[in-house]
Amino acid sequence: MSTRHDITLTVNGERVTRLVEARRHLIDFLRLDLGLTGSHAGCEHGVCGACTVRVDGEIVRGCLVLAASLDGAEVTTIEGLSDSGEVADLQDAFVARNAAQCGFCTPGMVMAAADILRHHPDATRAEIREHLSGNYCRCTGYQAIVDAVESTLTARKEGVR
Amino acid sequence: MKWPAFAYERASTLQDVWRLRAEHGEGARLVAGGQTLLATLAFRLSEPSVLVDITRIEALRGVTVQGSTLRIGALTRHAELGRDPLVARHAPLLAEAVPYIAHPAIRNRGTIGGSLAYADPAAELPACVVALDATLVLASPAGERRVAAREFFTGLLETALKPDELIAAVEVPAATPASRSAIVEVARRSGDYAMAGLAASLSLGADGRVSAPRLVYFGVGNGPVLAAGASAALEGKALDAGAIAAAQAALARDIDPPSDLHGPPEMKRHLARVLTARALSRFLPAAEAAS
Repeated sequence: MSTRHDITLTVNGERVTRLVEARRHLIDFLRLDLGLTGSHAGCEHGVCGACTVRVDGEIVRGCLVLAASLDGAEVTTIEGLSDSGEVADLQDAFVARNAAQCGFCTPGMVMAAADILRHHPDATRAEIREHLSGNYCRCTGYQAIVDAVESTLTARKEGVR
Repeated sequence: MKWPAFAYERASTLQDVWRLRAEHGEGARLVAGGQTLLATLAFRLSEPSVLVDITRIEALRGVTVQGSTLRIGALTRHAELGRDPLVARHAPLLAEAVPYIAHPAIRNRGTIGGSLAYADPAAELPACVVALDATLVLASPAGERRVAAREFFTGLLETALKPDELIAAVEVPAATPASRSAIVEVARRSGDYAMAGLAASLSLGADGRVSAPRLVYFGVGNGPVLAAGASAALEGKALDAGAIAAAQAALARDIDPPSDLHGPPEMKRHLARVLTARALSRFLPAAEAAS
């Protein structure tokens, strides 16, 4: 019976191989084994959304994914998303709108908001709130976050025009 | 808290599952999307000795149409259910249910098989498969057997699954032009389990009369509750305000909601009556003409 597993996966475009414990979840793997501390471990039972990262292109709760199951997977964290420039405008809007206060939820919030930019470019304010409903923020009261996402969507659409 | 220590094994085939279960006995737990199991492990509600990952078993994947039956592999994730064109066409109730299930990041991992096997009484998909009169395909080393969804849910978090079985697929009778379905629920926050919900399915004839109505309530009992009286009150009737009121009245004998953290039984009875009207009103001639 094996409690440690060799996995090879791609994290932010880099191929990594590690021996992981079966009980290691993706967020501890990223934070403790790879030193990628942008993803936060909040509630660690799938409620708060602070650990939101992409696996194979879609957002997941990192605390509800077994690292051992990710052999061959492609993982993108806030570090990779930031470096790619994909959400530079969204990040600027977060700053402009004061959408981050203590900042603990922000990486997960940006990952979830990026999902809206990518999959729901025409999202209404209500749809933005709905999409972010699984990401908790205890500081801002959400208005500034929704404002930031909404203004980014609007700016992108105007840019297209 | 952190998960307890356990071992992890990846099954590539059903034979791998049978072998790993034979080796590890009751200490083995299957994990697919893991969105319930892994959260409960964080609470140390159970301490399996080995998690058997079934997500790479090809036989449990895919959505296909065979004749007039839609077959949905157990590993179909909620997000896939929500965007699959065959599901949208042949079982639109399931696609309509998806936005009610948790949040996008969870819908990208959680599977229909996992939701049905866990059988949370407030979950959407168990109620939907009962409303659609679906059949669950259960696989074991001895082969396959089929169980009607309404027979599958046997109690609080309990199902007809035997220890050596797993859910392989769900078979749904494909919708016809006469089919109507709707899911409605009341939850305090988006993505929460429902305080009360209703998955409804029926056929509406050219004469406007209802046949085969199945009103299935969730969050009001130990599992999905097929409301026999309310459903019977609609059978053969022209759908109008009177028929809806009759279904609401009959509902009183169909459900016996427990008191829970949301409120007392009478509140749930009230919510169930309101949801009955909300769902059925969608199929009134005027509403259909407007849509």
